[in-house]
Amino acid sequence: MSNLRNNRRGRRKIFRTVLIYFSTIIAVIFFIFPIYWLIATSLKTRAQAFSTPPLFVWEPTLRNFIDIFIKRQTEIEAITGQELELATGAETFFYNSFIVTFSSIAIATVIGVLAAYSFSRYQPHGTNTLMFFILSTRMLPAIVVAIPIYFFYRSLGLYNTHIGLILLYTMFNLPFAVWMMKSFFDEVPRDIEQAALVDGSNPIKVFYKIALPQVLVGLGATIGFLIINVWNEFLFALLLTERATRTVPVMIAGTRGEVGINWGLIAAIETLYILPALVLIFVLQRFLLRGMTFGTVRGAK
Amino acid sequence: MMSKPATGSRIMKIFPIVLIFPAVALVVFLVIFPLIWALGLSFYSYNVLRGEPPIFVGIENYYRLLNSLDVWRRFVLTGQFVFYSVSIEFLIGFGLAHLFYNQFRGRRLAITLVTTPLLVAPVAVGIFHRYLFDATFGIYSYIAQLFTGQSVRILSQHPMFAIVFMDVWQWSPFMMLFILAGLEAIPKHMLESSEIDRLSPLAKFRYVVWPTIRPLVALALLFRTMDAFRTFDTIFTLTGGGPGTATEVLSIQIYRMAFQFFRTGESTALAFIFLVIILLLTNVYLRLARRE
Repeated sequence: MSNLRNNRRGRRKIFRTVLIYFSTIIAVIFFIFPIYWLIATSLKTRAQAFSTPPLFVWEPTLRNFIDIFIKRQTEIEAITGQELELATGAETFFYNSFIVTFSSIAIATVIGVLAAYSFSRYQPHGTNTLMFFILSTRMLPAIVVAIPIYFFYRSLGLYNTHIGLILLYTMFNLPFAVWMMKSFFDEVPRDIEQAALVDGSNPIKVFYKIALPQVLVGLGATIGFLIINVWNEFLFALLLTERATRTVPVMIAGTRGEVGINWGLIAAIETLYILPALVLIFVLQRFLLRGMTFGTVRGAK
Repeated sequence: MMSKPATGSRIMKIFPIVLIFPAVALVVFLVIFPLIWALGLSFYSYNVLRGEPPIFVGIENYYRLLNSLDVWRRFVLTGQFVFYSVSIEFLIGFGLAHLFYNQFRGRRLAITLVTTPLLVAPVAVGIFHRYLFDATFGIYSYIAQLFTGQSVRILSQHPMFAIVFMDVWQWSPFMMLFILAGLEAIPKHMLESSEIDRLSPLAKFRYVVWPTIRPLVALALLFRTMDAFRTFDTIFTLTGGGPGTATEVLSIQIYRMAFQFFRTGESTALAFIFLVIILLLTNVYLRLARRE
């Protein structure tokens, strides 16, 4: 009798395990497949990328990755009869994206960390109001500010400059940097800093000798999310850049509507473009929820 | 709050303000200032291309927009997109969260893989879904053909399905993260006592699980709703608002009005109507967030 019951329970457990793994595999396939297919396509020749039905087995080639940077015009031009923007070499666009991302993050991090520290530790007059004010700027739909900024940039000569984009991205990422870093500062007990201040230490020294080292992990996570934010930004880059300062997403979007584009080539550019995200998802996993909510939701563990 | 140390009190007074100043200054310069300018322009008739000076028209832009059938259609369209996307994302996220609430080998890796879409650039997502949905060599069309037995041109026949599908692919994991965090916050002793009391699964959900995850679910829904309302990059690159205006959500309509037709004054007015909707949503969100 009890044997039978054990048996049934055991069978039920096995069934449960199988169900869990089965659903997990389905879920992983659903969410990873487009990314897999993107990378797979980047390793196909033009003809393979255009095959119907789609090819699941083929001999991978790295040619597309070489073509992005080295091979120019001729072949694609000969086939389509029209010149694609990306055929001029993607390195310019990657260079622009890199410069803009790196600079704006450097500035936003410095300014943001300082403000976050002040908000967390000193809570000057109106901290709550200012914090919500800063947060609310992030709730703005980009398109609403895009129109006035477009005209300002045109008249101020910031249009089509690296500095213009850097300034803009710095501002748009400041709210995130402030909120995120404040959430990390808030978690660190302040006894040591307080003691040092009472002893008459220089507040600037207290900041970078005591407080900062304790939030280094959080600082890393914040920078990680900033990289993603800036690297992925599209609308302002679309409106405010021309050829010389164009970033990768604008170039990729520019391939839309082209007839007979070489999907292998585009997939290769996109693969390189999303590479930081594919790496950072592993690094930032623990902070994902926090990063996507401006540090307002801490998440489990 | 840190009690103010007695020494160097003048420095201590200025120091925190010095730290904050650059942040606030930048925000004012690049957000508040342009916003005020745009609000002013929304009361003018102005077309950049014509090169004539703006003419003050009062609330005419707003009046015209709110009386335009076209604009209301986009409102409905945007609402549909938001509703479909967010509710499907919620269901999938809810299911995934319960799946990953179980402990099993490879769970961490599975969560990481499932959440990967969250960090992928929207532009890359949009452009690549063009390839996936392509009528002749797209693999999604191929799969659809296997099931239905006829060739399906998803982007031209079911554009709304395509943009919702793409949004669901990218953002369901976001819901999952919230709900999973909620589930993991349920006190263990409550789960145990519900086992001992032999509560039915439904009663357990109603009295033990739901009260804990409710605030997080509310936050997740609001975050997603606001973001879905603003969606621009992915739809712009996948369909460009088309075919025709079949997927022209509000943000794309504003973009077109401002930068393709250069009806500048009118576009800023529409942008402000849009802004008011978002602000109302934000308000609800902040209230919920504070209550937590």
